[in-house]
Amino acid sequence: MDAVSSRSANGVGTGGATVRGLQCRECGQMYPTEPIHVCELCFGPLEVAYDYDAIGNRISREQIAQGPSSLWRYKLLLPIEGDRIVDSQAGFTPLVRAHNLGRALGLRNLYVKNDTVNPTFSFKDRPVSIASTKAVEFGFDTLACASTGNLAGAVAAHAAIAGLKACIFIPADLEPSKIVGAQAYNPTLVAVDGNYDDVNRVCSEIAEEYRWAFVNINMRPYYSEGSKTLAYEVSEQLGWRIPDHAIVPIASGSLFTKVWKGFGELVKLGLTSPGTPRMTGAQALGCSPVVTAYDGHTLNVEPVKPKTIAKSLAIGNPADGYYSLRIIKESGGVACAVDDGEIVEGIKLLARTEGIFAETAGGVTIGVLKKLAESGVIDPDELVVAYVTGNGLKTQEALTGALIEPIQVRPSLRAIEEALALRAEPAAAVA
Amino acid sequence: MTVRIRIPAPLRSVTDGQAELTAHSDNVGQLLGELEARFPQIGPRLRDEDGALRRFVNLYVNGEDVRFLRGLDTDLKAGDEVSIIPAVAGG
Repeated sequence: MDAVSSRSANGVGTGGATVRGLQCRECGQMYPTEPIHVCELCFGPLEVAYDYDAIGNRISREQIAQGPSSLWRYKLLLPIEGDRIVDSQAGFTPLVRAHNLGRALGLRNLYVKNDTVNPTFSFKDRPVSIASTKAVEFGFDTLACASTGNLAGAVAAHAAIAGLKACIFIPADLEPSKIVGAQAYNPTLVAVDGNYDDVNRVCSEIAEEYRWAFVNINMRPYYSEGSKTLAYEVSEQLGWRIPDHAIVPIASGSLFTKVWKGFGELVKLGLTSPGTPRMTGAQALGCSPVVTAYDGHTLNVEPVKPKTIAKSLAIGNPADGYYSLRIIKESGGVACAVDDGEIVEGIKLLARTEGIFAETAGGVTIGVLKKLAESGVIDPDELVVAYVTGNGLKTQEALTGALIEPIQVRPSLRAIEEALALRAEPAAAVA
Repeated sequence: MTVRIRIPAPLRSVTDGQAELTAHSDNVGQLLGELEARFPQIGPRLRDEDGALRRFVNLYVNGEDVRFLRGLDTDLKAGDEVSIIPAVAGG
């Protein structure tokens, strides 16, 4: 595969002015499309602003259907201004009609968005596809990030594809599989003696001093747009419908807000019939500042010190927590948390009913789904989509002691028959 | 007593380009007041119309978020480092 593909991913030329610039979410101030992420006037986050009339003139269901089987089929809805894309062929992952899990939970219209099967086994390949493409556009030579684990692997892999250097900062206590999953791509890996919020703070300071493309800091306005494709795909895979209810895990809240934005854009462009999903946020009890704010009927998210096995969700100071709460309220969803035991049970339930092995964040989503189904918050006939965003092979440690151990046997037919109780009676003696 | 303050890039246009300043304040609230007195344009950037810290402004003393300490009442001692950092999403 080309290191950096120069083909136009959608069969559609780029360079049309579909991007108006960056806009502050708080005060509305406009900025040019540069590697910046904070409004100078009010510190609000910057977000890509589009010319939806220009996009509307060019986009259609048919045009999307002709695109590649990856997130690049939605290129017109992404902030790409050049012709070169960093293409890991991320996205267009299965939307599974979850009959078995639905039966177990009493839900008749349940789907699981299986994003465990991306190139680096989590949804992070989506935002990093956009961030790395923009890093090349802006002429950076180093791709960097602060990571709870999944982002580390995604950044390292996309840097490899693009021929960029990678410098990755992780909390020192990260799961070994996630460390190996990043190391394999040969980045500079820095284990910081602190939690994710410490890592993020340090990286914010580094990003101001060195000209590196920190995907979740100075590239964040572009990076985060990649998560919108999780809404586009679900809608297209449902036959261009908006689900009634989406269950989405919340760490920083970036994914949550972008899934909402994605559904809204499809409606705005007339690609789907009108409608809004109820947006429900799933957190781990050991790091649930958004759920705490929701339960306390406030939009003010107080930071916490995370203590949970769901390390990919262990962000105690969620930057998009405020916006997530507003969306939950506006959409009629809820925020709900599950404890570590429920997370493990969620992982096991999804695996044994649908054959999907999710990481701990997926256990959070399924745990919350189960809890809300049992308490009647989810109607049995609602069209529900549960977002499972990372692969279970990344967090195998979470299942230590929670699985049935292998049966140890000698290599003989008799021993296996005995061990598995395959014969009620002892075998007859051979005459 | 002297404390150091790290100024983030979006604020440097109002601190004459300085990335680090020193101040002599007993607590974080006083420190902000001192900064605002020296650089009048800094106030509206950090505080909303009601004088409260803006939602996306995070303050740290020696790497700890002041919301885990005593907020604007957090005491400062000589040699402390205060950082003003915009909220960033993760990872």
